[in-house]
Amino acid sequence: MQKAIKSAIFVACVVPSIYLFYLVWTNNLGPDPGEALAKESGEWTFRFLLATLAVSPTQQITGWRITNRYRRMIGLFCLYYACLHFLVYLMFLLGFRWYTLYEEILERPYITVGFSAFLILVALGVTSPKSMLRKMGKNWKRLHRFIYLAALLAMVHMIWILRSDFGEALIYGLFVVLLLGFRLVYFIRKKSARFFARQSV
Amino acid sequence: MLNYNRESLAMLIKKPSDIKPSEITPESVYRNRRQFMAEAGTLALGATLAGGFTGAAMAQDGDALKARAPMSLKRSAPAEWWEPKFASIQPAPDSEPFYTGESLTPYEDVTRYNNFYEFGMDKGDPSRNSGQFEVDPWSVEIAGECDRPGTYALEDILKPHDLEERVYRLRCVEAWSMVIPWIGFPLADLLKRFEPNSRARYVEFQTVVDRDSMPGVRSPFSIIDWPYQEGLRIDEAMNPLAFMAVGLYGDYLPPQNGAPIRLVVPWKYGFKSIKSIVRINFVEEQPSTSWNDLQPSEYGFFANVNPNVHHPRWRQDTERRLPHTLFSRPIIDTRMFNGYGEQVAHLYDGMDLARYY
Repeated sequence: MQKAIKSAIFVACVVPSIYLFYLVWTNNLGPDPGEALAKESGEWTFRFLLATLAVSPTQQITGWRITNRYRRMIGLFCLYYACLHFLVYLMFLLGFRWYTLYEEILERPYITVGFSAFLILVALGVTSPKSMLRKMGKNWKRLHRFIYLAALLAMVHMIWILRSDFGEALIYGLFVVLLLGFRLVYFIRKKSARFFARQSV
Repeated sequence: MLNYNRESLAMLIKKPSDIKPSEITPESVYRNRRQFMAEAGTLALGATLAGGFTGAAMAQDGDALKARAPMSLKRSAPAEWWEPKFASIQPAPDSEPFYTGESLTPYEDVTRYNNFYEFGMDKGDPSRNSGQFEVDPWSVEIAGECDRPGTYALEDILKPHDLEERVYRLRCVEAWSMVIPWIGFPLADLLKRFEPNSRARYVEFQTVVDRDSMPGVRSPFSIIDWPYQEGLRIDEAMNPLAFMAVGLYGDYLPPQNGAPIRLVVPWKYGFKSIKSIVRINFVEEQPSTSWNDLQPSEYGFFANVNPNVHHPRWRQDTERRLPHTLFSRPIIDTRMFNGYGEQVAHLYDGMDLARYY
């Protein structure tokens, strides 16, 4: 059963990228497919980032202990889409002019923050195996808290490329606020509960 | 709404028989603004006369245009009077600057990939959402520092101008570009008819705002302060490259491309080429322009295509020529003034283009 669920989630996570490859293959992305693909892959990265962040609140609210089992996989898929996004940007927006990447990171604020978010995701991905968790001990959790920063940076990255209409960004922003806000409330509650527990002793 | 004065406009447009060929002013003259003011009337007539002759020649050879819209996508005339206008169009020459020699961006892409935020933010929105947009009747208000202000019906605006085809590069500030065969007439010929006075140092243009047919205008998330506004310095406006387009691919302009009348200034980023114009205002001070107002650090008033002036969002030293497929190499170098330096560089002599971007 568990294996079946895991496979189902795996397939669901792969499907968007297969659809993107299909659009590329059939040349169905309009006259500027590079730009379209950059936008699509970026949005999917963001959605998977949100999905990763949604795992533990879901577990806390519903009490399903199973959800955390799939968090690593969903997180790795977020990195997978981030890699696609970065590759699309390198290939189709920079045209493989490598020397320009350095300039872009320094000069374009939205690239600076986007690239930073990407580096965080890479670090989280590299340290995701169980062996790394064991090796890193307490530091693992510390490092993996950087996903909150990655979410905020990705949000800024997205807003900065917009030109005038903030409708779509607002929806994504709402999710970020909700997911990070949940944690903040949870954190404060835990702290204060501990505080009051100590008081009553 | 149609309070234009047909009589006054008719007086403005003399018959071709009134002019001697010697009165036709050479192009070089209208580079000098002061001189042009004095000769404005003469010039406009000259252009009309010359256009008239070639137009007649063209009638027998109507299909010498560089490109025409696919039959299946041809549009019907917005009103009957449009038809004769489009029956004789002078084709683009075979040489620069009114022809580029590069392959054209196909009609389908030119008309389905647009920035026209009044109809929505997505590139596909303008073609999808502009079905309700009405271009007839249409009038243009001419205002400000000129001797012939007033509100003119579009038919009267277009009447003295013979249409010609011009193939121009269009470079968007978002780092993509197209090559488009426009149909229209020189902006200078139009402006001179209204006899701008010596205080007319700039020209301000305004796009129509129609809440009913423009979903983007109704969007609560848009931060553009409608109506969309653009402007040119008068010498830029009088440059022979500056063009008023009423068609593309030999056919009437679709709404998403700025029907019924729009500006085309090919040496500037696309947002300067304002669409669906309802107001032209001659002013003394530099007018406020929409994108410049919104984000002055990113969008200058001049907005000349310039690979050396960096933009915080998009690389300006390269561009993606559309259409491309992911298997082609779309990235090409962006040229100073979009490759029109020979025609326009003199306008900016002595100006620090890094400061006045």
